[in-house]
Formats: sequence, structure tokens, C-alpha cells
Amino acid sequence: MAHGPAKGISRWLFTTNHKDIGTMYLWFSFAMFILGGAFAMIIRAELFQPGMQLVEPAFFNQMTTLHGLVMVFGAIMPSFVGLANWLIPMMIGAPDMALPRMNNWSFWILPPAFLMLASTLFMEGGAPAFGWTFYAPLSTTYAAPSVTFFIFAIHILGLSSIMGSINIIATVMNMRAPGMSYMKMPLFVWTWLITAFLLVAVMPVLAGAVTMMLMDIHFGTSFFSAAGGGDPVLFQHIFWFFGHPEVYIIILPAFGVVSQIIPAFSRKPLFGYDSMVYATAAIAFLSFIVWAHHMYTVGMPVAGELFFMYATMLIAVPTGVKVFNWVSTMWRGALSFETPMLFCIGFLVLFTIGGFTGLMLSIAPADFQYHDSYFVVAHFHYVMVAGAVFSMSAAVYYWLPKWCGKMYNETMGKTHFWISFVGFNITFFPQHFVGLAGMPRRIPDYALQFADFNMMSSIGAFIYGGSQILFLYNVVATIVAGKPVSDDKVWDGAEGLEWTVATPAPYHTFEVPPTIDPAHAHS
Amino acid sequence: MQGAINRAFVQGAAAVSSALALVLSVGPAQAADGTRSTVNMAPGVTAVGQSIYDLHMIILWICVVIGIAVFAVMFYSIIYHRKSRGVVPAQFHESTKVEIAWTVVPFLILIGMAVPATSTLLEIYDFEDAEMDILVTGYQWKWKYEYLTEDGENVTFFSNLKTPQSEIYNSADKNENYLLEVDEPLVIPVNTKVRFLVTANDVIHAWWVPELAVKKDAVPGFINETWTLATEEGIYRGQCAELCGKDHGFMPIVVKVVSQEEYAQWQGEKQQEAAQVRELMAQTFTMDELMERGKAVYARACLACHGANGEGGVGNAIAGSPVATGELGQHLNIGINGVAGSAMQAFGGQINDVEMAAVITYQRNAFGNNMGDMVQPIDVFNYKKG
Amino acid sequence: MTSQTSTDYEKYYVPEKSSLAVMATIGLVLSVFGAANFINGLTFGEPGEASPTILYAGLFVFAATLFVWFRTTIRENIAGMASGQLKKSYVLGMYWFIFSEVMFFAAFFGVLFYVRNLAGPWLAAEGEGGRMNYLLWEGFQFSWPMMQTPQEAVGGAASQLIANNGAFASAKQSMSFAEAHHWYAWLPLWNTIILLSSSVTVHIAHTGLLDGNKKKFNLWLAATVALGVLFVILQVAEYYEAYAHFGLTLNSGIYGSTFFMLTGFHGFHVFMGMTMLAIQLMRSLRGGHFTAGDHFGFEASSWYWHFVDVVWVFLFLFVYIL
Ligand code: HEA
Ligand code: HEA
Ligand code: HEC
Ligand code: CUA
Ligand SMILES: [Cu+2]
Repeated sequence: MAHGPAKGISRWLFTTNHKDIGTMYLWFSFAMFILGGAFAMIIRAELFQPGMQLVEPAFFNQMTTLHGLVMVFGAIMPSFVGLANWLIPMMIGAPDMALPRMNNWSFWILPPAFLMLASTLFMEGGAPAFGWTFYAPLSTTYAAPSVTFFIFAIHILGLSSIMGSINIIATVMNMRAPGMSYMKMPLFVWTWLITAFLLVAVMPVLAGAVTMMLMDIHFGTSFFSAAGGGDPVLFQHIFWFFGHPEVYIIILPAFGVVSQIIPAFSRKPLFGYDSMVYATAAIAFLSFIVWAHHMYTVGMPVAGELFFMYATMLIAVPTGVKVFNWVSTMWRGALSFETPMLFCIGFLVLFTIGGFTGLMLSIAPADFQYHDSYFVVAHFHYVMVAGAVFSMSAAVYYWLPKWCGKMYNETMGKTHFWISFVGFNITFFPQHFVGLAGMPRRIPDYALQFADFNMMSSIGAFIYGGSQILFLYNVVATIVAGKPVSDDKVWDGAEGLEWTVATPAPYHTFEVPPTIDPAHAHS
Repeated sequence: MQGAINRAFVQGAAAVSSALALVLSVGPAQAADGTRSTVNMAPGVTAVGQSIYDLHMIILWICVVIGIAVFAVMFYSIIYHRKSRGVVPAQFHESTKVEIAWTVVPFLILIGMAVPATSTLLEIYDFEDAEMDILVTGYQWKWKYEYLTEDGENVTFFSNLKTPQSEIYNSADKNENYLLEVDEPLVIPVNTKVRFLVTANDVIHAWWVPELAVKKDAVPGFINETWTLATEEGIYRGQCAELCGKDHGFMPIVVKVVSQEEYAQWQGEKQQEAAQVRELMAQTFTMDELMERGKAVYARACLACHGANGEGGVGNAIAGSPVATGELGQHLNIGINGVAGSAMQAFGGQINDVEMAAVITYQRNAFGNNMGDMVQPIDVFNYKKG
Repeated sequence: MTSQTSTDYEKYYVPEKSSLAVMATIGLVLSVFGAANFINGLTFGEPGEASPTILYAGLFVFAATLFVWFRTTIRENIAGMASGQLKKSYVLGMYWFIFSEVMFFAAFFGVLFYVRNLAGPWLAAEGEGGRMNYLLWEGFQFSWPMMQTPQEAVGGAASQLIANNGAFASAKQSMSFAEAHHWYAWLPLWNTIILLSSSVTVHIAHTGLLDGNKKKFNLWLAATVALGVLFVILQVAEYYEAYAHFGLTLNSGIYGSTFFMLTGFHGFHVFMGMTMLAIQLMRSLRGGHFTAGDHFGFEASSWYWHFVDVVWVFLFLFVYIL
């Protein structure tokens, strides 16, 4: 089995190699990022000025919905699964993922599912237009027929996530090289293990939610209809029981990435490894009991409001531990600022700001004013774009040389970072202001007092979006014609098994388990 | 090693306090007079609004302070601990003491926030002692207000967006209250605790008026309670805050807070209007009268879905429709009760009997439908009674 | 295959390229696409004529691929390619798959608890969550099973205040124990007995296998499958009763919705578990598979069977008894 990959298309269709599958996930997610980004550009273009200019309100809602869905399920989640595929076996010294054929299947059902989702745009009545949260009854009785395809697409995505997660759990629990105890695993592996657990726990619940929608729409049940004894708010409870853990599914692997990269460029071990692990677990645990903070205004009894408020506020503690640990890792290190590090620092600053606004949202009485305003939109783009997407950029720059044996163009990388950083803030910082001043989200047109900040936001969005072209170009140029690197350890401060194999990483690694150097507690 | 960390945090703290002083001195000026700021939350004109605003500012500043502290330490490292300065990295990687500290301290800060948050929340949830009740019902895409009174002679009306299409589609200049204006605002008296009973007729909406510090979801089939006590007269504007379909962005809320006297007068007028409608109900109309009224009703209530020429759209075509050219009872039935499971709502509760009679007549005799029959208000009344 | 503990490292078997995943994808996507078109046709008219064909073609491809997939895995195992470590991966995979199924059912049980304890009383204007709801549903009294929907309480779809969410007509009679006229004619009780004993029989089969007594294994496994078949038959009979005699349908408000959702998905899982066990029986009888030390296919199926059984116990308790 020492030979390399097969030739041609069948290499990709039939592959069982974790690196090939990781690569496919990464490219697929980038394609989805562009698609979701294109939808965002339409949103921002329409919101450039007050008045309806480009699209109709119904189409605008479809854009908002598809933007959210494609970004969350198509861009961010698969991108981290791609990273997991590439890195976890290499980081724990395993020859591949535990169940390679299923791994391939987990990937291949994604593209058709998104094709089906995107094709709803051309169906009668249009694409889903009920927001990525698809609250009933707007998504049931009042939805266009395309909702059926949306439901089945969600089923497939869920299936893919569950299988992918089972694979990751089995890999981590069963395939660690001898001596690689749990508390020696790199933090990225830890965060993914916990993420995979979250996924297996909540994706079936989402499947249940869409199944009940399907029944309400087509088979006359009344889960979400008061007339029959059901409750529209019930839908929200189920959705957010999935939805809140989902946002940590998005951010935990990003935490993992940052925990790998900051020590590397600080040339100093990660501060507080143990507490990082416990904090991750604590966040995951808390994520199951805070879901109704998205529903403060639905009319819950006050005891419920209080419970969910207190539980939500608590998440600031373990997350704070993480932030403090990262900063302490940098403290008295020997820092250098290559592109991956820049993105991590950007992550650290902006994610913390997003976390703070999250904490503000968690205060139930204040949320009565924030809820469903652009303040919320600002919050979640700070944690998801500056959080997840920035860390993903960092990850690509950091591991790309290991993957393809070529070095990216550092100047272009840094330029990408600075344009992103500035563009991002121009886009989303003003949204805090319009939100506080009273602009609701998911509207295609707005009152005049919001005009200036919206224009600013749109300009920022075009800048940020444009910077992604640079990213794409840099990555492609590196793969095609980058400067070859041959050191196993591409970065002098990098630690971990993946840096002990040849560069570029051979098609098969660790067919024989490596021995773990006991001197290194962990990377 | 411990010493090094401690020294660092002292230095960090120094950096923080100077930075904080700077920010505070140039911090945004607060609009204290209740007018709406374009960058910050409105304290509004209620006591609850003020508490929420205070809470918001407290948490904001706590976060700002923590943020500055964290970033100060970080930037200190970035500046002084860079490899290019030739520093040798330290190798410490844990310290139980500081780790416990930065677990416990944030926890205490959170408790500090939770106290005022809890008391404000309890204040908001005190629905007792309201002096009047208004039933607020969200419809796609308008609001219905019903002033509940003991004698059942409730004042009821719909409140629709007033901004003309020409402004929305940029063929006319936008006025100052663009998208935040309605044909009939909600009117409430000042210094009165008003309870809103919020519900919806189709999908979920949310009734949000920032300056009255009210936001409550309108859930079909359930009634949520909320309340306000405005201390200043004025006109306050808000919007539907829950995605409710195509025109979610176009269902504003306008609340006029007026003096007690003005309110009494307004109510009197409203009751008179209602009496006039009741009079009309008893009347018999000619075909021309019905067609004329029907045309207006159609344009207001049906056109959006059935098209200007009855050609259809969201709804079926009315021109040549088997219903509109078929048996009268079925036509009335659909108009009054809607079609379950579709966008065709039950208009029986939305337009009065005169309007219903007129619009049904109109549909049967316009767009090339030539039924020649008429519906009188009394027919609608009788049909509703069954 | 010796199942040695993995202190010395056998090579972990990483299969070479395989078309299984792509075939399974084709099957799945065709099924789903056909099903979506078909269901949409039912509700919105214009049934696409090809859609049932697409659906069946998809299901066929899918089933055939699964067959080949499992056959391949079994052959690899027999050929000695599966190390002890790989088998542990299978075990973990099965555990976590069952855990995901647990969560799937948890969602539906959550729905049941929510409507019974919160939404239902609120609709009847009881409790803090809905004390004003009498304005909408005048005369609605809540009890479980819900034998009158809020809509019917106010006088049917035509006089309800909320338009357009369909017409719901509640059951004439509940399926619960209290309503059973004779305990011996009450199907759920028999189903409980059947499923519980099938858990015992499958366990006995397992002990037979561990003792190397293949005959005992085959016999008790066959008994388990037979009990499974019996359960499914009775469940179908119960549905027939519900529709034909008790007026309990998918349309009967939230009682019908939760009843059919829970028992329906459970029944479907029983069917799957039964099929899995039947396949193991075939393997044992026809292929002579399984030894005392190596019988993961059977073990996994039996775990699944126990899981389905436990779900039923909860279902029996919360859907029928309490
Ligand atoms: C990556 C995704 C992600 C992450 C990580 C978070 C993190 C958090 N979120 Fe966010 N959130 C979303 C994604 C995310 N969120 C999305 C997508 C929505 C909108 C969904 C929709 O409606 O469409 C949303 C909406 C949302 C709401 C609902 C708002 C509304 O609709 O009204 C709330 C309310 O409580 C909330 C809270 C929080 C909190 C408390 C955190 C915490 O985890 C943050 C913790 C971090 C910190 C606090 C900063 C670091 C800590 C320190 C430096 C320690 C010291 C700090 C103190 C003691 C103050 N979020
Ligand atoms: C991780 C998820 C994620 C990511 C990465 C993003 C990325 C972006 N989002 Fe977000 N967004 C969500 C998740 C995400 N979003 C969610 C969940 C919602 C809620 C949906 C709902 O309400 O239901 C939302 C809603 C949302 C809104 C509110 C819509 C509304 O309420 O009506 C807006 C408005 O500005 C917005 C803007 C943007 C922008 C400008 C980006 C940019 O970062 C995108 C940048 C990327 C590109 C542009 C693509 C790549 C670049 C090119 C292809 C180059 C060419 C581009 C140019 C033409 C310049 N998003
Ligand atoms: C929000 C959209 C909407 C509005 C507003 C609306 N309708 Fe409809 N209407 C529909 C839809 C959708 C249908 C098709 C219902 C179905 O059969 O599924 C319909 C069907 C009808 C039909 C039956 C036509 C046929 O041939 O089947 C009549 C009659 C009718 N509407 C009358 C009215 C009247 C009168 C008004 C105004 C007072 C009105 N509609 C306003 C959406 C609307
Ligand atoms: Cu009504 Cu949004
Ligand atoms: Cu959340």
C-alpha cells in the first residue's frame, strides 16, 4: 500500500484516503463560501441605499435564508471536517480515518444535497424564504413547495455530519499511536472530539424537527399549529436545542486551530493545556442548556427566562479561560507575525468582541431590545466570520506548506489579512450601531436614519469579499507554482506529529504507528 | 516565573487604566432627552426602558474594561515580546493560581451583572394593575388593534403601511418617516399602564417599539402579555421584528401617546365611526354602489395576491375563476373563511360586512366575470351566522 | 482470525479505492429526489409521473449497494484483513450510531412532554405561559389524550380565529389503557410482552453462540425474528384499528400527531432491527458465519434490537399508560 494515488477522476470519486477526502471537503467548502458570499453580496448591494433597487422583497428573503444556510452548513462545517480529515490521523499517528469508505460517503452526499438546495431557487414559488432558522408556521403552512426539497437536503446534511462525526470519534478513541494518551493529544484533536460528540447529539434532533415539518406540511399533523393542540414555539425549542450547540460546533474546531498556531509563533508551549481541555468540555456541556436565549421574546414564563439567562452567562467563564490562556501563551514568548499568526491575533481580538456582544445578548431584559435587530447580526458575524472564517484562513496558511510542499507568498498573505481585517470591521462594526438604533434584521429596505451606516457596511462587505479573491489566488498560485519547501518542520516553532513526516505529506502516513516522544507533553 | 507573570499583569493594568481613561473621555455623548440616537439604544419614555438602557450601558462598559485589559496585555506582548527583538521565549505553561483567579473573578463579575438583570426582568414581567388592555394581532403584513372593553363595544382597526410604492421604488423622494408611517396609528393615553395582548393570525410576527421598551413575539394561537407606561406624549415608531414573509420589512408600528383628554376624544370619534358602519350594514346598495366600493376594497385587500386585473399571482386568478363565476355560497365561504392551509386568509374577520359584500360582488362582475348577481351586507351577515 | 489484544501492532486495514460510497450516494440522492417530488405532488397537485419510478430506482440502487457493501466487509473479515483494532472501530461506530438514534427519539419524546405539560395547558389558559389564551380558544379544556382540539372547542375550522393551518378532527377514542375494553384485547400490552421476550431470546441466542452451540443460536435467533415479525403485524393491526374504529388519524390534532410519530418511527426501527437480525440468521444458516469469538454483525444487530426494545418501554409508558 506504499504507492500513491490513482490517476484521474476516479482518484477523487472512489478514494478512501483521508488526505484526498480532506482536500475535497476543503475545496467544496470554499466553493460554498463563494456561493454564500455571493448571496451576501446581493444582500449588501440591496441594502446599500434605502429603497428597493435590485431585487424584490421575496427574493431578498431567499437570499438571506440561503446565505445563512450555505455559510453554516456548506462553508464552515465542511471546512472544519476537511481540516479534521487531513490533520487528525496525522496528529495522533494513525494510518487513516477509522472507517475510510464511510468517510468517502460522508463527503459525497454533500454536493448533491447542496445542488438540490440551490436548485430550489429555480422552482415554482422560489427558494426557501423563511430564514436559516426556518420557524414554523412560516416554513410549513406558508412555505413554497420547494420546502420539501429543503427538508430532504437538511436530512442529507445531517446524515453526512453524523457519519463524519462517528468516524472522527472512532478515529480518536481507537487509533491513537501508542503513548498518545488523551491528555497528550493536540488541542485541535480534543476540540474536534468534543465537537463530534455535539454533532452526534444534536443533528438527529434537527432531523426530527424537519421531519415534523414534513408531516405538518404534507400529512396533516399539527405539531406546530395551535388549532390542533400543537405550538409554533415548540418548533423553536427543538430548533435551538440543535441550533445553539451548532454555533459551538462552528467555533470549537476554530479554538483548536488557534490553540495550535499561537504556540507555534510564540515559540512557547500552550499555556494551561489541561484547563483548555476542561474549558472546551464545559462549553460543550453548557451549550445543551442555554438554547432558549434565542427565544427570550417568545413569551416564556419568567422562571424559564431566568434559568436560560444565568446558564448562558456562565459560558463566558470557560470561554474567558480560553482567551486568557491564549494571551498568556503569547506572554513572554518570542513572537513573529507570519500570516497564520496574524489571522489568529485577528481572531483573538474580534472573537472576544463578538463574545462580549454575546454576553450582552444573554442579558434577557436587554435582549428585549437587541433581539432580531442588526446588533445580533453584528454579534454572530464577529464570532462566525472573524471567529471561524479567520481561523480557517489561519489554518490554510499554516498547514498549506505541509500539504503541498510549497510555500505561499507571505506578502500576499499579509495583504489578505489586512484587507480582511479592515474590510470586516467596516462591514460589521456599524451594524452594532444600526441594531441598537432599532433596525430589524431580515429586511430588504430600511428607514432613512439607518442609511449612512448601511452604506458603510456594504462598502466594507465588498472590500472583505474582494480580499477573498486574493486568498483564492494565493492558494492556487502556491499549489501550482509556489516555492518548494522541504523541511519536515515548516515553521520553526511548530510542534506535533504532523511536522515529523516528510513535506509534502506523503499519500500514506504512519502506516506503522510512530513512537511518541515522552519529553513533549503535547503540542 | 511567577514573579514574571505578576509583573506583567501590573504593567498590563497600568496600560489598561490609561487607555480606559482615554476612551471614557471621548465616549459617545448620551442622548438623555429620549430622542433616538443613531448609534445607541433608546432609553425611550418608560421607566423600564430606562432600566434596560442603564443595564445595557453597565454591561457594555464592563465588557469594554475587560476587553481593554485583555488586549493591553496582548499588545504588550506583541510589542515587547517579539522575536525580532531577539527575546528568548520563556517556557512556563501553567499556573494554577492565575488560572483559578481568572475563573473566579469573571464568575463574580457575572453575578454582579445578574443582579440588576434579574430585577429588571421581574419588573418587565409584572403584568398586574394595567388600566387598559389592547389586543394586538399580527397579520401578513399589517397590525390589527382591538381595544378591549367590558361592554364588548370594542374599537377595532387595522394599521397598514402608508409609504407609497413610488417612494419604495425610488420614483418619488422619500419622506422623513419613510417606511415608519401607517394609515392609522395606535393611540394610547400618557401615564397609563397599558397592557398589550399580543397574538397573530397567520405566522409569527413581533411587536417592537424601541422607545416604549416593548418587544414581544406574536404567536398564532397563543396570547403573550406585555405592557408599557409612557411618561411623555409623542409619536413612537417601531417595526415588526420577526421574519414573517415577503413584506416583513413593510409592517411598521406607530404609537401615538396623547393626553388623557385627547385620548377620550379620539375614542369617542372611533365609536361614532363604528356606529356609522353599523348603520351601513343595514342598508341595501345598488350594483353601481357595490362595484365602486368593491373596487376600492379589492385594491386594498386582494390586489396584492390576485393581481390588478384579477390575473392572479400568489393567489389564483379571479378572472374566469370557477369560484368567482360559480355558486355564490362557495365564493362567500372562501372570502369569509379563507382556504385552510394556503395564503388565502379568512377575510371575514378583517373586513366588515359591507366591504365583504362589495368585494365579492366586484369579483363576480369585474375582469370579464359577468355574473350579474349582487351580495348585500345582510347576506354576508346571515352567511356568517350560518 | 485470532482476536488478540493489540499490544503488537497489526496493520490497520485501509481499503483501497472503492466505488461503494459513490453508488450509495447515487441511490440516496435518487430516492430523496423522487420522494420529494412525489410528496409534493400529493400536496400541491401536479404529481410528477416519473417520481415514483425515480424513488424506486433510488431505493433499489441504495439497497443493492448496501448489500454489496456489507458483503465486501464480511468477506474482508473472513479473509483475515480486519484487525482487532478495526473491529473496535466497528464497535465504536455502532455505539455512536445508536446514540444518535437515541437523540432522534429523545426529540420526539421531548415534543410529547412539551405538549402534555406546557403547550396543552397553556392553550387552555392554565399556567403562567398562557393565562389569556381563553380569548382565542374559548371553551377549550385540556386533558391527555387530547380528545377535542382547540379548533373543535371553538366550533371547527370555520370559526377559529387563526386561519389557514388546516382542519383537525380529533379521535373518537383514545388508545390508552383506560380506554381498553378488555386487557387481553389490548394490543400494546401484547406488543410489550412480545418485544420484551424477544430481548430475552436474542440474549439466549448470544449465549448459545458463545458456547459454540450454533444450533441453539440459530433456533433462538429465529425465534427472535419471528417475534419481531409478530410485533410488526400487530402494530399494523393497531394502526388499522386506530383509523377504522377509533377515528385516530394523523389529522387528529396533537394526540394523533405524537401517537403516530412515536409509534411509527419505532415501528420502522423494529422493522429495520428485525431485518438486520434476519440477515444475521441467513448468514449463520447459509454461510455458516459467526464463531464464538467473532460475530460482530450479530452483536451489533442485537444491540440495536435491545435499543429498540428500551424505546418501546418508554413508549408504552408515556404513550399508552400515563
Ligand atoms: C460561532 C458562533 C457563535 C458563538 C461562539 C457565540 C457565542 C455566544 N453567543 Fe451567540 N449567536 C450566534 C453564534 C455564536 N454565538 C448566532 C449565529 C446567533 C444568531 C442566530 C440567529 O438568530 O440567526 C447568535 C445569537 C445569540 C443570542 C440570541 C440573540 C437574539 O436573537 O436575541 C444570544 C443571547 O444570549 C447569544 C449569546 C452568546 C453568548 C453568551 C456567547 C458566548 O459563548 C460568548 C463567550 C465569550 C466571551 C464572553 C468573550 C471572552 C471572555 C472573556 C474575556 C472573559 C471575561 C468576560 C466576562 C466576565 C464578561 N448569541
Ligand atoms: C459562518 C457563517 C457566515 C459567514 C461566513 C457570513 C459572511 C457574511 N455575511 Fe452573513 N449571515 C450568516 C452567516 C454567515 N455570514 C447567518 C447565519 C445569517 C442569518 C441568516 C438569517 O437571517 O436567516 C447571516 C446574515 C447576514 C446578513 C443579514 C441579512 C438580513 O438580516 O437580511 C448580512 C447583511 O449584511 C450578512 C452579510 C455577510 C457578509 C457581507 C459576509 C461576508 O463575510 C462574505 C464574504 C465572502 C464572499 C464575498 C465570497 C468570496 C469572495 C468572492 C467570490 C469574491 C467576489 C466578491 C465580490 C463581488 C466583492 N449576513
Ligand atoms: C395573501 C394573499 C391573498 C390575499 C391578500 C387574498 N387572497 Fe384570495 N387567494 C389566495 C390564494 C393563495 C388562493 C388559492 C387558495 C387555494 O385554493 O389553495 C386564493 C383564492 C381565492 C379565491 C378562490 C379562487 C379560485 O378560483 O379558486 C377567491 C374567491 C379569493 N381568493 C378571494 C379573495 C378576496 C375576496 C380577497 C380580498 C378581500 C382575497 N382573495 C385576498 C391568496 C390571497
Ligand atoms: Cu410581521 Cu415581520
Ligand atoms: Cu445560542
